[in-house]
Amino acid sequence: MPEGWEPVIGLEVHAQLRTDSKLFSSAANSFGADPNTQTTEVDLGMPGVLPVINRRAVELALRAALALGCEIQPLSTFARKHYFYPDLPKGYQISQYDEPYASGGKVPIQANGELRTIRLTRIHMEEDAGKLIHDDAITGGGVSHVDLNRAGVPLVEIVSEPEIRSAEEAGAYLRSLRSILRYLDVSDADMEKGHFRCDANISVRRKGADALGTKVELKNLNSFKFVEHAISYEIKRQIDVLEDGGALVQETRLWDDKAGETRPMRIKESAHDYRYFPDPDLAPLRIDPEWIKEVQATLPELPLEKRQRYEQELGLPDYDAQVLIEDRDVAEFFEETVRLYPHPKTVSNWVMRSLLGFISESGQELRQLPLTPSHLAALLELLEQGKVTAASAREIFQEMAGSGLQPADIMRERGLEAVSDSGEIEALLREVLEANPSQLEKYRGGDQKLFNFFVGQVMRRTQGKANPKVVRDLLSQLLR
Amino acid sequence: MRINADTVLRLADLARLSLSADEVERMRRDLEAMLDYVEKLSEIDTSDVAATAHVLDIATPFRADRVADLLPVAEAVRNAPQHDDSSIIVPKVIE
Repeated sequence: MPEGWEPVIGLEVHAQLRTDSKLFSSAANSFGADPNTQTTEVDLGMPGVLPVINRRAVELALRAALALGCEIQPLSTFARKHYFYPDLPKGYQISQYDEPYASGGKVPIQANGELRTIRLTRIHMEEDAGKLIHDDAITGGGVSHVDLNRAGVPLVEIVSEPEIRSAEEAGAYLRSLRSILRYLDVSDADMEKGHFRCDANISVRRKGADALGTKVELKNLNSFKFVEHAISYEIKRQIDVLEDGGALVQETRLWDDKAGETRPMRIKESAHDYRYFPDPDLAPLRIDPEWIKEVQATLPELPLEKRQRYEQELGLPDYDAQVLIEDRDVAEFFEETVRLYPHPKTVSNWVMRSLLGFISESGQELRQLPLTPSHLAALLELLEQGKVTAASAREIFQEMAGSGLQPADIMRERGLEAVSDSGEIEALLREVLEANPSQLEKYRGGDQKLFNFFVGQVMRRTQGKANPKVVRDLLSQLLR
Repeated sequence: MRINADTVLRLADLARLSLSADEVERMRRDLEAMLDYVEKLSEIDTSDVAATAHVLDIATPFRADRVADLLPVAEAVRNAPQHDDSSIIVPKVIE
């Protein structure tokens, strides 16, 4: 970024809540169903119907707000936000406007090795709109198809203060928020499935200036990669315009990933007059203090707390802690394994390399695997006791992660028991030393590196199954 | 005159209504009469009264999170002026 400029970024995140049914109707909240199979009269905006709010949706919204440290409003209201678009059958979206259920709060982020918090303005509940399909291959061309399965699905909109200062910080904010919502089981927060969507408000100003620059709203940021690219691009574009003596227009721009640029969205000025008013179909939402207490008591340990505990109590390096907490299932697998085999760093190494490697190669999720913490703990016991070598243990891991068989059984079946018998190893060592007289002479002449050469020769003769510690100990004795 | 023809036309545009010149004038008078009616409120002191979000003094009732009463897809799309077996069809809304 050119010197002397400061970007000012605020993010609005829409996260779908993990309920069975919609926010105001009993239609299913499901992804990927055939078009228009998940609706009721309420979602279609038929005359004479009334919305009735889903208690579970409010509870999930409450979980998110409490975990993020928001203040909960005992009474909040729903408003109608009016606009015409084919994905919105009623002609208005039910949302919260001047009286949202939650205000304040904060999201911890780690960017450039520094921990800080981004404050939230508010969180409000609203219903999602339907989906439009423009693809000519599906529609036959010239028309759009409307699928109302998503219409009425519960959302929370989480609005940050304009405190984000770079594209990297925006990425860190979104990752932190996604991780928190997943830990809470509030949302799948899957960006590719549209469960987690982001709009950004961006302006730039001279460093040290108080006044904010002209704001541009950036939409269509539907992957983590897009968010950072689009924001970087937009910051640079704004600075370039201003440095060339130009002026910015307050507008909405879309990120075009193919072109790698943001482009103004053509939209009528008047479309932004939403004519909000309180929805007469819905009385105010009351959230009792008792309910708040109840939900507060069920909040899990959050990613940042976990990370600090891993560093402080388990003595893990910062990097390990950061990798392990990313996914709550992985973190819980790690913790359970450490309970069974109390060597955190060893377990961390195996989880990070072997387990996460297996997950990313197989494309499966941890919960789909037949692997349990007791499998890994048992394998690490075998390794510690010298019954298998590290190379064999890695091989056993691959097998048990896919099959769920016990490590000791795999070891026996594949003949991977380590050779620890000192008589057998000593005999092999003597063979190796006899077969390599010139290396032995050099070693005795002071070339210490050849120690590992002899170890390697024994390993080769046992197909890597010799217990390396026994080999080293015996070799030291023989060479003494 | 607090409501002029431009205001009426702007509201009509937002509501996607097309009004004749006569209708614009009639709407203008009606809207102005409504404002006069609501104006009566300013005769009393409401500084200590919270804004009314709903006429009844109740909290919204809750529904259990259960799936029920799904419409068959044929019913769901039936009222649309244009539809096929599974989708409502509208003029293309993006370029």
